[in-house]
Amino acid sequence: MNEHEVQIAGIGLHPFGRFEGTPVTDIAVQAVRNALADAGLGRGDFQAAFCGTAYGGVAAGHKVLDAMGMTGMPIVDVEAGCASGGAALMLASGAIAAGQEKMPKGIIRSSFFEPWREDAGLAATPAYFALRAQRLMRESGVTREHLAGVVVKNRRNGVHNPDAMFRKEVTANEVLASRVVCEPLHLWMLCSPNEGAAAVVVRRGSGGVRVAAAVLRSHLPGNVLSEATPMSGLVDDDVPPPTTLAATAAYEAAGVGATDIDVVECQDTDAARELLSYEELGLCPRGDAGKLADEGVTEMAGRLPVNPSGGLLSKGEPLGASALGQVVELTRQLRGDAGPRQVEGARVALGHTVGRGANASVIVLTR
Amino acid sequence: MGETVPVREGLFTNAPGGEVRLVGGRCTSCGEHHFPRLPTCPSCSSGACEEILLSDRGSLWVWTAVTAPPPGYRGEVPFGFGVVELPEGLRVITRLTEAVPSRLVFGQPMRLDVVPLHVDDDGRTVVTYAFTPS
Repeated sequence: MNEHEVQIAGIGLHPFGRFEGTPVTDIAVQAVRNALADAGLGRGDFQAAFCGTAYGGVAAGHKVLDAMGMTGMPIVDVEAGCASGGAALMLASGAIAAGQEKMPKGIIRSSFFEPWREDAGLAATPAYFALRAQRLMRESGVTREHLAGVVVKNRRNGVHNPDAMFRKEVTANEVLASRVVCEPLHLWMLCSPNEGAAAVVVRRGSGGVRVAAAVLRSHLPGNVLSEATPMSGLVDDDVPPPTTLAATAAYEAAGVGATDIDVVECQDTDAARELLSYEELGLCPRGDAGKLADEGVTEMAGRLPVNPSGGLLSKGEPLGASALGQVVELTRQLRGDAGPRQVEGARVALGHTVGRGANASVIVLTR
Repeated sequence: MGETVPVREGLFTNAPGGEVRLVGGRCTSCGEHHFPRLPTCPSCSSGACEEILLSDRGSLWVWTAVTAPPPGYRGEVPFGFGVVELPEGLRVITRLTEAVPSRLVFGQPMRLDVVPLHVDDDGRTVVTYAFTPS
């Protein structure tokens, strides 16, 4: 056994959705309990805990383990926006990772923006998504129909995911008939911030599902319309986005290339973000995201299914829990336990989150 | 508008009868520009940045409209929102005076303006910079 190998010993989830009156700690306890049960572990059987959360507040992970009477070990809380869970997993080799979130509704207020930007109306998160979408449409030939197509695909996949918030198929016409939030993005093209938790137990060992890479990368200067959002106005045309930095490092660490991947869970905060991720992850050349979608490659029946869980467009997004939620889904896929949404014969899986900071995480799992 | 107050000091010049200009920074070490003005160059980390008035003309790069009030915002909706590319090689996040996206096209010439946001507790009109089709 390679002493540096890390395997997924257990996975646990609390469904993603809206749970009025349920404290975030209770949501997380369920995910952690499920992960420990899946791993066959109990009190005293693990040595450290890393908790990824964006809005959980001070000592979020401590509260969860305190509620379970499992304190006394190092507990580290990690915040890296939507990539918080990826950051936790990166830190958690030989330990336990957990992600949890309880979210405000509507447009998320973030301490990321300076007060004057709020006053000037410039703290409009969906508008930045819209600008990014328009840029992708111009530079990659992506159309409104492509954007709607991502929603149709992911919502169709989500029908088979009992942990998803939305489990009804939609048509492209329905997506395009939903109200415009920020041109070109319609309401149904945006994921809903919501609540949920995911937990993963990792341990040293080989066999089963292996964590081949768990990489977090934060932005370089100039990512004006990447996830770094506004700031200092630098032109970013030659600056690699954090997703590409994380993917490049993850492929190298895992010893795989983009063509080796069998199944992907990627950040579909909005429909355009999924298409942009195809390019940034190297699943297709720059400028070919629309073409990849047109060829049906990322459908369940295609060569490289993307978001078999239904993605965030079906599940909703609890920021701190989304990366480990992907790990739960991809572990099920690699174990062959994904039921009607199983990608047959999957051996190499990639999970990707990206968000404010800008932070991106890329996780490669193999079996 | 009566008495006005900028949404933040040091963001733009707006002297009565004077011209409106964005206040940016230029790094004397690497030569790159940035906006708003910062003490540390975001391109090369040098602390040697000087204040510079940026061009009041640019071209439209991306745009949308904000239809619901974002967090902390007390003004009217909808309003235009986008990025204007300046000759200095900057892409500035900005409000746009045009709130109907279909009336705008990529690359069209834009000029700087000042627009009202809301009236503060002292009865002064809070203003910010915006770009308008020229």
